[in-house]
Amino acid sequence: MIEALPSPKPSTKPHPVPGNSPPMIKVHSLTKKIGQQEILCGVDLEVRMGETLAIIGRSGGGKSVLLKHLVGLMEPDGGEIWIQGQNIIGMNERQLGAIRQKVGILFQGGALFDSMTVENNIAFPLREAGERDPKVLHSKVSEMLEVMEMEGEEDKMPESLSGGMKKRVGLARAIIRRPSCVLYDEPTAGLDPVVADSINRLIRRLQQRFGMTSVVVTHDMKSAFDVADRIAYLHEGRIYFHGTASELQQSADPLIQDFLLGRSDGRGD
Amino acid sequence: MVRFFNALGAPLLSFFQYLGDLVLLAADTFRSIFTHRLRWKLFLNQVVEIGLLSQLVVIITGAFTGAVFAAQTFFQFNKLGMGSAVGAVVSAAMSAEIGTMKVTEQIDALRALAVYPVDYLVVPRALAMMVSMPLLVAECIAVGIASGYLVAIFMLDINGTYYMANMVRWTRSRDIIMGLSKAFCFGILIVFISCHKGLTTREGAVGVGRATTEAVVNASLAVLICNFFLTMMFNIIYPAGYQ
Repeated sequence: MIEALPSPKPSTKPHPVPGNSPPMIKVHSLTKKIGQQEILCGVDLEVRMGETLAIIGRSGGGKSVLLKHLVGLMEPDGGEIWIQGQNIIGMNERQLGAIRQKVGILFQGGALFDSMTVENNIAFPLREAGERDPKVLHSKVSEMLEVMEMEGEEDKMPESLSGGMKKRVGLARAIIRRPSCVLYDEPTAGLDPVVADSINRLIRRLQQRFGMTSVVVTHDMKSAFDVADRIAYLHEGRIYFHGTASELQQSADPLIQDFLLGRSDGRGD
Repeated sequence: MVRFFNALGAPLLSFFQYLGDLVLLAADTFRSIFTHRLRWKLFLNQVVEIGLLSQLVVIITGAFTGAVFAAQTFFQFNKLGMGSAVGAVVSAAMSAEIGTMKVTEQIDALRALAVYPVDYLVVPRALAMMVSMPLLVAECIAVGIASGYLVAIFMLDINGTYYMANMVRWTRSRDIIMGLSKAFCFGILIVFISCHKGLTTREGAVGVGRATTEAVVNASLAVLICNFFLTMMFNIIYPAGYQ
């Protein structure tokens, strides 16, 4: 069958998240206009502590914009964003520093510092936090590289890494200070299915090992079903659907079916 | 008439907004210098980079200007014009480097890792320029004197002792103070114009190219205009005849 839905894999799911766990991130009526285009038109969203939420939606639909708002990299036109009970709207860059130590982000292209080696990239947040002992830095970087399955790549420069490796190094850099939450911007975009699967396994492993809350922005449905406890579908600047992977699959909503099956002819319209 | 004022108003408004942005960046940088940890390694790296980057320009500008001045039996340190030459080289390098970091999300990555880009990128460059520019001008002056000396004795058959004695006689302290002070001010102008252009770069490789060109043009114009006002100011502080 050509139009088969990717099946969720409950057996590989991370530890169950209690339904009443406190919210890590709460977004209320978030709006953002870029130029004349309304990107976010009142997004409401809640991410519970320890869960993995996938935000899916069409390309250019504002998923990455929403993600950048969650860590204060973009300023909204309206609405509220609460991180562990603190409203980050109106905070200046220095005040946001404390929030950003709790929330790491993996950028779509890795955003590695191209003048630094892999080791220096990963050690960067520790150095900035005041850690100077080369032995401590090296052992922490080695531990991270082991988690990322990239042992022995310390001395490489970013330009000599593949797309998947860049994302792993970017992820290692984002989590080396053990944030409570990690945001992933299209973690599998531009990767072949095997490397994409290894990134998905990595996201699950990080949640199992460190219990981190994760928000994964993707339009790769396999990735969403593989990693997410819950899925939110962002459509025309609003959260159109919010539920578990099986609820999403069972949804009879034509718009959701079109997206899941990758139909562009708008049979669901 | 309304259309005329509208057409005039928009560029004027964006010019004042640009000046305001520069002042805010400068204020932020100076606040950061005095209230936050200085990254010494980055600062020293920048001093070395600015120095190395400018060597060719400094030596050639100094040597040939010195030679021409010797040939014209006229010498004034503050007219060496090295400021705008170094300004062009340094502002292109700074705006291109920071601009590339901006469009490849490296600056967002800095922010996401709780590092304020002004602390990490602007402060070390600003301090390095404040230190390097007077040193480069001093180097340029030394190269100029040496080349002028060589031209005078080998090409113009002027006695070397006579040349040096006259150079010392006609070199006033105000020339040296003006030259070094102007270099310091030019350094500040160049660094903030370049870093601002880099930090506000948009739209990929094209944007980096545009930001670099604009940084070079703006820095050169700023040095030119600032040179006039600084000269006026120094003429008031050190009136003609001041030794």
